[in-house]
Amino acid sequence: MQFIQQMINGITIGAFYSLVALGYTMVYGVLKLINFAHGDLFMWGAYLGLTGLNVALGLLANDTPWVILPVIILVMITVALGGVLVDRVAYKPLRSAGRLAPVISALGVAFILQSLARNLYGASWRTYPHGITPSGGIVLAGGVRIGIMQIIVLVACFLLMGALYLFTQRTRLGTAMRAVSLDHDTSRLMGINVDRIIAVVFLIGPGLGGVAGMIVALYYGSFDFTLGWTFGLKAFIAAILGGIGNIPGAMLGGMMLGIIETLGSGYLSPQWKDVIAYAILIIILIFRPTGLLGERVAEKV
Amino acid sequence: MDKIRDGLAPLRKVPALWWQVGLLAAAILVPIPLGDYYRSVLWRTALYIILGLSLNIIVGYAGMFQLGHAAFYALGAYTAAILNLYLGVPLLLSLPLSIIIPGLFAYIITRPILHLRGDYLCIVTIAFGEVVRLVLVNNLFGITGGANGLSSIDRPELFGLVLRAPIYHYYVVLFFLVLTIFAMRRLEHSRLGRAWMYVREDQVAAEAMGIDTTHAKLLAFVLGSSWAGLAGWLYAGKLTVISPDLSKFLESVIMFCIVVLGGTGSIPGAFVGTLGMVTLPELFRPLKAWRDAWVGVSMVVMMVLRPEGLWPSRRVQMEIRGEKEEALAAPVNPAG
Repeated sequence: MQFIQQMINGITIGAFYSLVALGYTMVYGVLKLINFAHGDLFMWGAYLGLTGLNVALGLLANDTPWVILPVIILVMITVALGGVLVDRVAYKPLRSAGRLAPVISALGVAFILQSLARNLYGASWRTYPHGITPSGGIVLAGGVRIGIMQIIVLVACFLLMGALYLFTQRTRLGTAMRAVSLDHDTSRLMGINVDRIIAVVFLIGPGLGGVAGMIVALYYGSFDFTLGWTFGLKAFIAAILGGIGNIPGAMLGGMMLGIIETLGSGYLSPQWKDVIAYAILIIILIFRPTGLLGERVAEKV
Repeated sequence: MDKIRDGLAPLRKVPALWWQVGLLAAAILVPIPLGDYYRSVLWRTALYIILGLSLNIIVGYAGMFQLGHAAFYALGAYTAAILNLYLGVPLLLSLPLSIIIPGLFAYIITRPILHLRGDYLCIVTIAFGEVVRLVLVNNLFGITGGANGLSSIDRPELFGLVLRAPIYHYYVVLFFLVLTIFAMRRLEHSRLGRAWMYVREDQVAAEAMGIDTTHAKLLAFVLGSSWAGLAGWLYAGKLTVISPDLSKFLESVIMFCIVVLGGTGSIPGAFVGTLGMVTLPELFRPLKAWRDAWVGVSMVVMMVLRPEGLWPSRRVQMEIRGEKEEALAAPVNPAG
């Protein structure tokens, strides 16, 4: 029974990783760029959510959980626009400058976002307003407990991921996105506006990241400005684990990482959970060099 | 920058040896009128130049992403500290092991992952860096001192002179820096150095020309990591206190930025990069928390204006500037 309980907790954490990993993987898909700023955009989701909730609760004067809904949508839009802005300023001028320069630029943006958060919100841990998230839970057979919050979080994450998957598979824009991630030139010849697709990717990825930031903050209750750095790194690892550039891969990678981590800390030692996660990543990459669902890329001669 | 370089053209007629002697003399004389704080800043600068040059072998010459370089720096420092604290080995004598052990680790860890392509390699190096940090934090075998690290390492002693004042340490680091630059210049033009650059430019073609690419890449990792171990040894000798923070992701990022910001594959680039990433932020310490934001802004601005780095090697500059028009039409290279 403990095992099932651990699995449930693992899947919850895995869902967070998946949501953030999607942002990494989508940007990587179209630009072949590791967007190191993504983790910090995600962290800004948590901070903006905090401000949004405080303002909304101040206006309403009674604590209703429904206030989360409009706030989360606003956070999503703001962070998405932030993502597009980051692309315009820091990545767009570097489209033809090789692989290294955009990485440094991305790290620079990460520094800026982190420093801004630390200066505006302080270096200490911040907590979300109490009593806003529904507490309580359901006890299943054998004493396995699922919190209401866990259920909401899981449903939200899976809805978002499902919507994204349908979007990329079924809509014209999604198809164009997949085309661009395969080949910029050919896509252009097919009449796809590549720059617009990249802009859309920078709307969706950070948008999901922003939502994830707020959900994570709601779930854990408190966070600080290093959230983006630590959580972002894990999510990035999840993206790689599943095969970067691959959307279902990011979901799978995130889930796996969350489950491995939780089982590792439950059965072995919480101290070593990260080491276990990294070790498994290294081992998987040794045997599957492009991740679990990554396609094998033939080398060009 | 290019204009400045052209303006300085007459200076190029001065024989190279004069320049070298002049710069070395300046490096020796500069700390004398300065206070201890500024001497330590100089020490730090020289140390990070060594680190930048060591990473330059991997990122600059061989063209591989390495974002876990700090792990080897930490390994060098911990080797020295553990030998000293538990076995009483004087610091000077632990130097060879501080170089060999990180090199050995680099061999063991990179041997199975060399076949990974660019970004996958990058993530494995990040993961390795984090594993080293966590192992140090978790106090494996009870000898790493946990999150607090190790302290009261003996000061290095040279011919009966205990190196205590920052200025001595500065000269020690300067000595190793000169040695490093000399070695890098020799490496750059050696058979191995040319092989690395060939691998960087086109791995398949390099292989077709009979270069053992796995061997070349492995040597780049081992050499670069050993050199970082040397820097770790220097750090342990000066500070006598070390902690797992040496292997923080941020440290690796700073080293990576030094190489790319200065100009990949360029020795003067490592100087300029260190100035931007380490020395200036240190001097602007009074700006406190906003300092990081400025560092970030300057990283973005520098890359947008000069994607090839501030002082690139001629080859890299030609590549990025020369092919710009062509590259605009070309797809982002998927093979990386």
